[in-house]
Amino acid sequence: MAAITENDGLMRAADGTPLKQALARATRMNKARAFLLTTPLLAFILVTFILPIGMMLFRSIEAPEVSEAFPKTVAILEQWDGVGQPSEEIYASLAAEMADPENRFKLGKAGTRLNYIESGFRSLMNKTVRRIKRVDAGPYKEAFIKIDKRWGETDTWKIIRLAGDPYTYRAYLNALDLTQAPDGNIVAQPEIKQIYVTLFERTIFVSIGVTIACIALAYPISYLLATLPSGTSNLLMIFVLLPFWTSLLVRTTSWIVLLQTNGVINDILVSLGIVGTDDRIQMIYNMTGTFIAMTHILLPFMVLPLYSVMKTIPRDHMRAARSLGANPAIAFGRIYLPQTIPGVGAGSILVFILAIGYYITPALVGGQDGQLISNIIEYHMKKSLNWSLAAALGGILLAGVLALYWLYNRIVGISNMKLG
Amino acid sequence: MSAIKPSRLLIAGLAAIGLTTAAQAADTITVVSWGGAYTNSQVKAYHEPWIAKTGNKINSEDYNGGLAEVRAQVEAGNVTWDLVDVELADAVRGCDEGILEPMPLGELPAGTDGTAAKDDFIAGTLHECAVGQIVWSTVYSYDTTKVATKPTTIADFFDLKKIPGKRGLRKTAKVNLEWALMADGVAADKVYEVLATPAGIDRAFAKLDTIKNDVVWWEAGAQPPQLLADGEVVMTSAYNGRLFNAIVNEKKPFDIVWDGQVWDIDLWVMPKGSKNKAAAMDFVKFATDTERLADQANYISYGPVRKSSFAKVAPAMQPHMPTAPVNFKNPLQNDFGFWADYGDELNERFNAWLAG
Amino acid sequence: MAALPSYAGPLERFWYYAFRVLCGSIFLFLIAPIIVMIPLSFNAEPYFTFTPEMLALKPEAFSMRWYQDILDNEQWLHSMKNSFIVGAAATFLATSLGTIAALGLSRSDMPYRTLIMGLLLSPMIVPLIITAAGLFFFYSSIGLAQTYTGLILAHTALGTPFVVITVTATLSGFDRNLIRASSSLGASPQRTFFKVILPLISPGVISGGLFAFVTSFDEVVVALFLAGFEQRTVPRQMWAGIREQISPTILAVATILVGISILLLATMEVLRRRSERLRGLSPN
Repeated sequence: MAAITENDGLMRAADGTPLKQALARATRMNKARAFLLTTPLLAFILVTFILPIGMMLFRSIEAPEVSEAFPKTVAILEQWDGVGQPSEEIYASLAAEMADPENRFKLGKAGTRLNYIESGFRSLMNKTVRRIKRVDAGPYKEAFIKIDKRWGETDTWKIIRLAGDPYTYRAYLNALDLTQAPDGNIVAQPEIKQIYVTLFERTIFVSIGVTIACIALAYPISYLLATLPSGTSNLLMIFVLLPFWTSLLVRTTSWIVLLQTNGVINDILVSLGIVGTDDRIQMIYNMTGTFIAMTHILLPFMVLPLYSVMKTIPRDHMRAARSLGANPAIAFGRIYLPQTIPGVGAGSILVFILAIGYYITPALVGGQDGQLISNIIEYHMKKSLNWSLAAALGGILLAGVLALYWLYNRIVGISNMKLG
Repeated sequence: MSAIKPSRLLIAGLAAIGLTTAAQAADTITVVSWGGAYTNSQVKAYHEPWIAKTGNKINSEDYNGGLAEVRAQVEAGNVTWDLVDVELADAVRGCDEGILEPMPLGELPAGTDGTAAKDDFIAGTLHECAVGQIVWSTVYSYDTTKVATKPTTIADFFDLKKIPGKRGLRKTAKVNLEWALMADGVAADKVYEVLATPAGIDRAFAKLDTIKNDVVWWEAGAQPPQLLADGEVVMTSAYNGRLFNAIVNEKKPFDIVWDGQVWDIDLWVMPKGSKNKAAAMDFVKFATDTERLADQANYISYGPVRKSSFAKVAPAMQPHMPTAPVNFKNPLQNDFGFWADYGDELNERFNAWLAG
Repeated sequence: MAALPSYAGPLERFWYYAFRVLCGSIFLFLIAPIIVMIPLSFNAEPYFTFTPEMLALKPEAFSMRWYQDILDNEQWLHSMKNSFIVGAAATFLATSLGTIAALGLSRSDMPYRTLIMGLLLSPMIVPLIITAAGLFFFYSSIGLAQTYTGLILAHTALGTPFVVITVTATLSGFDRNLIRASSSLGASPQRTFFKVILPLISPGVISGGLFAFVTSFDEVVVALFLAGFEQRTVPRQMWAGIREQISPTILAVATILVGISILLLATMEVLRRRSERLRGLSPN
C-alpha cells in the first residue's frame, strides 16, 4: 500500500490503523479463535481415530515377511532373467537362509505370505525347511528338486521374486477375487475360491433391500406422526424412540427369541395350526433373520429425518390440490411426495451407510448365508490372521462409505444432521 | 478460552490409568482359555490350588481360539496375556511365526511314579513352544427324544434319509472335511492321505454338499449343547467335554456317537514377551503335574496327557474319556502338521463354499 | 392425520381405516420385540417361549430367578460396573471436547467448516469393524489395548459426533448478542461461557452427553477387540452370552437395559420441552 498520510480520507480504527486493515485483522483473529476452539477435538480425533485407521489400512500394502526372511536370496533373484531354473547361487543362498537359526522364527511368516500368492506354498516351505537343514553341501539345486520337484519350476521362483517386494497391492487384488500369476499378470482366482465379490454384492444388495424396506415402513408412520395432533403424535413417537434408544444387542436378542425354531412366532403359528409341529419355519440363522433384524434396528434412522421433513410441509398444499380437483392419489404424487424427497434421501443414505458396515446382527443371527462383508473382515482379523487382506477389504468398504458420506454432505449437508 | 479446566481432564485421565494399573498388580498372571464348563474345570483343578499354594493371583480370560490377540500383542511389543490354552495346530503355527516363548520342557516335574516328564507325556503332546494338558475329542451327539432311528456311525450323520433334520457343525474346515471323507467310506488312517490330494478335497466338499442345506453352523464350544437343547438341531458335532457337562450335570437326554471321533490335544503356550514369565512358567509346571491333570478330568471328561495320571482319574469318569477303550474304536487323530500346512487354503475354500 | 373429512367417499373411508391398520402393524413391528421379551424374563422355566402356565397367568409360572442370577453372578455385576465407569468417563470427555468444538463450529467465521465437521463426525460414519480393527492395532502398539484407558478413549471418539451435532444444533438458535452483552458488562469469556452460554445450551449439551453415554453403553464391536476380561462391559458380556448360551438371564439383563432406555428417553423428552421453552424465551 502506498504511503498513508493523516488526511488521505481513509477511515481509521482507534489505534490509527486503517479500518479495512483492522477489520481484516479482526476477521483473521475471529477465524483463528473459532478454529482454536475446535483444535482439541480435532487433534483428539486425528490422533485416536483417523491415524489408527490410516495405519491399519497401510497394512494392506505392506508385505515385508519374505524380504526379511530371505534378504540375500531376494536380492539375487532381482537379477535373475526369469527363464528356466535359477542358478545354483540362488539355491545355495536360499538353503543358507533357511538353515540360519536366526531365521527360525521368520520362516513361518514368510511361508504364510507366499501361501497368499500360491496355495500350497506354506507346506512346500515347511517341508523344505525341515529337510534342507540336513543337506550339508551342494549342489543345492539337486537337493531342492529332490525334496520337491516344484523347486525346479520357473514359476516357484517367480513367486518368491514377486513376494520379495515389501510393498504390494496384491491384497486388493485378493479382495476382488483376483490374483497375480507368477509372471505378474492379473488373473481371476479359481472359482472355488471366489468369495469377496459375492460378499460385497450381497452386502450392497442387503443394504439396498433394508433401505427400501425402511422407506416402505417409515413413510406411512412418519406421515401419520406428522399429521396427527401433537399430543397423540408425541405419544406414538415413543414407539419409534424406544427401539432407537434400546441396546442393539437387546433388540437382536429379542428377534432370536421371536424367530427361532422353537420361538414365539413359530409357537403361535403351530398353535393356530398354520404350520405343523415338525415343519416349523426357519426364520433365523439365515438371510431372513439378518434382514428382519436389520430393518427393525435401522427403521428409526429413517423415521426421524422423514418425520422432521414432513412436519414442515404445510397441510394446505394437499387441501389446495384437492380443491383444485386433483384426486387424492394425484395430489399425493404431485404435491406431497416431491416435498418429502429430501427426507427420504437423507434417511436412505444414513440407513444405507449404517447397513453396509453392519457386523453384530449378521454375526449373531446370520447363520451361513446371512454373513456380510464386515463379518469376513472380522474373520481375517481374528481367525485367519491375514491382516493384509482384512485391511484391503476394510479399505474398499471404507472407500464406499466415504463416497456415500460425501454424497450425503452434498445432498443434505453434514451440518444439518439431526438426532432424535 | 476453555470450558473445562485442563486439570480436571488430567485427573479423569489419571483416575482411568489408576484403574488399569491397579488391575495389574504384581504376580497376577492372565490365563486365557475357552470359557464355560472347560474353564471351570481348569479353575478348580489348576487355578485354585495354585493360588492357594503361591498366593499369586490369576486373571482368567475367555477367548474363541486362534492366534489374533497373541500375534497383535507380540507384534506390538505389549503382551498382556501370560498363558493361552491353544489347539495343537495353533501352537505349531505360533511357534513357527516366532510369537511364542520356548517352553522349558526339561524342567517339567516327573510323574508321581517317577517317570521322567518326556516319557510320561503321551507322544506328541510336548512341543518346542507348548506343553500339552488334555486330550479332547470332537464327536457328535443327538437328542434321544427327537430321533426315530438312533445313529451309530459317522456315516449316519450325513444320512438325511435315515435321520432327517438339521445338523450342527463347527464353522471351520477342520474335522468337517475328515468326517465327510470317513462318512464317504475312507478309512480313518487314510483320511489325511486322501485329503492331501485335490480329488480328495473335492470328494470331501461333495459329501458336505449333500447336507449343506440342513446344517446350522456353530462357533463357540458352548453353542452345540444349547442348539440341541433348544431343538434347533437333531444332532450336532460338539466337544465331548461339553456334552459330558450337558448329559451328566444338566441331565439332558443326549447320547454321544463315538464312531469317527477326531481327537486332538490342548496345550499351554506363552506369548513371546510375557511380563510374568517366571510366575506363568511356575503355573505351567504346577498345572501339568500328574495330580493336577488327573484332577481336572474329575470335572470334565477330557483325558489327561500324562500316562501317570490315567490311573488317578476317578472310576466314575473313566467311561466318559475319549480314550476309554469302548469309545476309542474308530478314532482319528487330528493331524496338526496337515492343518498347519493346508489350514489356510482349506479354510479359504471352506468359506467360499459356505458363502456360495 | 386429522379426522376423516365429512366429504370423504367410501373409498376414502376404506383407505383411511386401512392406513391406520397398516400404521398400527408397523408400530407393532417396532415395539413388539421389545415388549415380548419382558414377560419371558420372568419365566420360571429356562425356556424362551410362553409356557401354558404363563399364559394362564399362574403365579408359580413366574419367578425372579433370572434376576437373582444376575445378582449372584460376579461377572454380570462387574460388567455393569465397567459399563458405568467407561460410559461416564467417555461421556465426560466427549461432552467436554464436543461442546468446545461445537462453540467454534457454530461461529459464522469458522474456516474450513465442512471439512472439519466432516472429520469430526467421521467416527459415526466409519463402519465399526474398521474402527475396531484400527484401534486394536494402534492401542496394542501403545499398550492401551485391554485397559480401561484404551476403551474409554475409543468410546470417547465414538461419542463426540453426537455431542457436536446436538450442541451445534442448539447453538444455531442461540442469540449471539447475549455474548456481546455479557462481555460489554465486563464478564470474562470464561464467566460468559459458564453463566450465559452453558445454561442456555445445556439441553443440547445434556442430550449430546446422553447420546454419547448410550453409544458407549451399547457399544460391542470395539469392546470385542479392545476390552480384556477385566474391562468387559455389559454388551460384551451379553455378546458372549448370546453366542454361547442364551439363558433367560440374558433376557433379564435385556429387560433391565430396556428400563434404562425408558429412563433415558424420558430424560430426553424433559430436555426437549425445556429447550423449546428456552428457545421460546429467546428473542428469535
